[in-house]
Amino acid sequence: MTMRGQAPAILLFAGLVLFPFAARFGADAYLIALGARMLILALAALSLDFLVGQGALISFGHAAYLGIGAYSVVLASLVGIDDFLLQALIAIAAAAVFAALTGYVSLRASGVYYIMSTLAFGQMLYFLFVSLSVLGGDDGYTLSSRSRVFGRPLIASDFAFYFLCLAVLACAYLLLARITQSRFGRVLNAIRQNPMRARAVGFRPFPFQLAACVIAGAIAAVAGTLIANQSEFVAPAFMSWQRSGELLVMTILGGVGSLWGAILGALAYLTLEETLSLITDQTHLIIGPLLIIVALFGRRGLAGALTPRLSGAAA
Amino acid sequence: MKAPLLRVEGLTKRFGALVVTDDVSFTLDGGRLVALIGPNGAGKTTLIDQLSGAARPDAGHIVFDGADISRRDMPARAALGLVRSFQIAAVLHEFSVLDNVALAVQARSGSSFRFCGRASREDGLNTPALAALDRVGLLARAGDLARELSHGEKRLLEIAIALALKPRLMLLDEPFAGLGAEETRAGVRLIGGLKSEVAMLLVEHDLDAVFALADEIAVLVDGRLIAWGTPDAIRADKGVRAAYLGEEAFA
Repeated sequence: MTMRGQAPAILLFAGLVLFPFAARFGADAYLIALGARMLILALAALSLDFLVGQGALISFGHAAYLGIGAYSVVLASLVGIDDFLLQALIAIAAAAVFAALTGYVSLRASGVYYIMSTLAFGQMLYFLFVSLSVLGGDDGYTLSSRSRVFGRPLIASDFAFYFLCLAVLACAYLLLARITQSRFGRVLNAIRQNPMRARAVGFRPFPFQLAACVIAGAIAAVAGTLIANQSEFVAPAFMSWQRSGELLVMTILGGVGSLWGAILGALAYLTLEETLSLITDQTHLIIGPLLIIVALFGRRGLAGALTPRLSGAAA
Repeated sequence: MKAPLLRVEGLTKRFGALVVTDDVSFTLDGGRLVALIGPNGAGKTTLIDQLSGAARPDAGHIVFDGADISRRDMPARAALGLVRSFQIAAVLHEFSVLDNVALAVQARSGSSFRFCGRASREDGLNTPALAALDRVGLLARAGDLARELSHGEKRLLEIAIALALKPRLMLLDEPFAGLGAEETRAGVRLIGGLKSEVAMLLVEHDLDAVFALADEIAVLVDGRLIAWGTPDAIRADKGVRAAYLGEEAFA
């Protein structure tokens, strides 16, 4: 990727760094909390875009990893682990195991059957946590406080927490952009474009796709640990299939495949939802038609609209 | 006595009641170019599919370089040097021409489970890939996206990808299909130039190309091999004339 190709991503992140300072001028703490929430969902959408855009693995159960991350925080704090980094490591490990097991089964199927099995696994996890009354069941679980970092309440303020979210998002973006350019990423991308061609030169798709599921799941689980801290509350609703659908919408709205497009898509979707909710209760009556317009006319989403003709003619 | 490079025994494939490969047996020695001809629907592509691992035979064995590969999948066969090209050019449209070939080199050089470093800047992958592109005359297009290539150039790219895999036997499924006369002549020159390096099984409808290139010709009709011999022997074979070749092919 050239500097030129990275320009939109650099602008995007610069804007996100400046946002809290602008919000402070408005003296609106609510906006900073909302901003952090957007960054967290952008992180989940980013990881989903890696799966969809690089692997053509359309997961309809990606919110399950948000839930895994969020409940990792709950379970860790129940056994006395309140360090955020440790909690994130636990979440990553749990997500990797879940991704490996469900991916092992789901990847046997392809196309709509793959989508359906990711949905089914997501729902299984959802109902598992609904039934766990120890953790509050359907009502959820309220955390006593935010996690600590190095034993200190460094992320207790919304301002500090926002920058933690932004740092994690930036790291995840750089990591995924790097993987996309690597040998592994090249094979994954080739499998997406033409599995038969990849097989004919000697690559079995399965291990590459499985690894992609694990990487994306682990990153989404980190988003889950953040969202638990953001709201200091965890509920099975975090991993409902509607949430999985929303993540897909954010990814598609932003433009599949560019990574930074998914971040932009998440920010745009949530801003739109938030703004419309000030005007009407029926936000989705307006968002729905907008999405249809994007689906019909803007196949490459917001990212495509902002980068006219970088390479080749889109078919 | 040296074992043949490829030995096929009793290969049979049915689609329902239709027998598309009917007890096919043959051997193919290294360094030979065998052309497989036959009318449409004779089962040529299905045979290539079974040899390359894209389709599973219902019965029979495929022995490549002494090893029974009947149950191995396509990636495993490619790794052994049994490499195919596709009838409908299957190149990666969103990759550059160079990256299409470099991916094939990558398959033969070390682990692809590397998550760091830019694959497209690895000299160890690009140098052999550029050599393969030079071989087929596509060096000037290396930096272009594969989707920008003409139909004929995509066929050449397919051959460059196959060459980059260091094949021992290439299965070429109608490499000249849809090419103009000039492009076909260039293709015949290219494949003729490769004959000394790699054994080939060539499926082709263009009989001029077949007779120009083949050391041996195999004739497949209704899934059965009805003849196998030198071009001269095939030209003279009455059964082949009756079943397939028009008189004009012998003019």
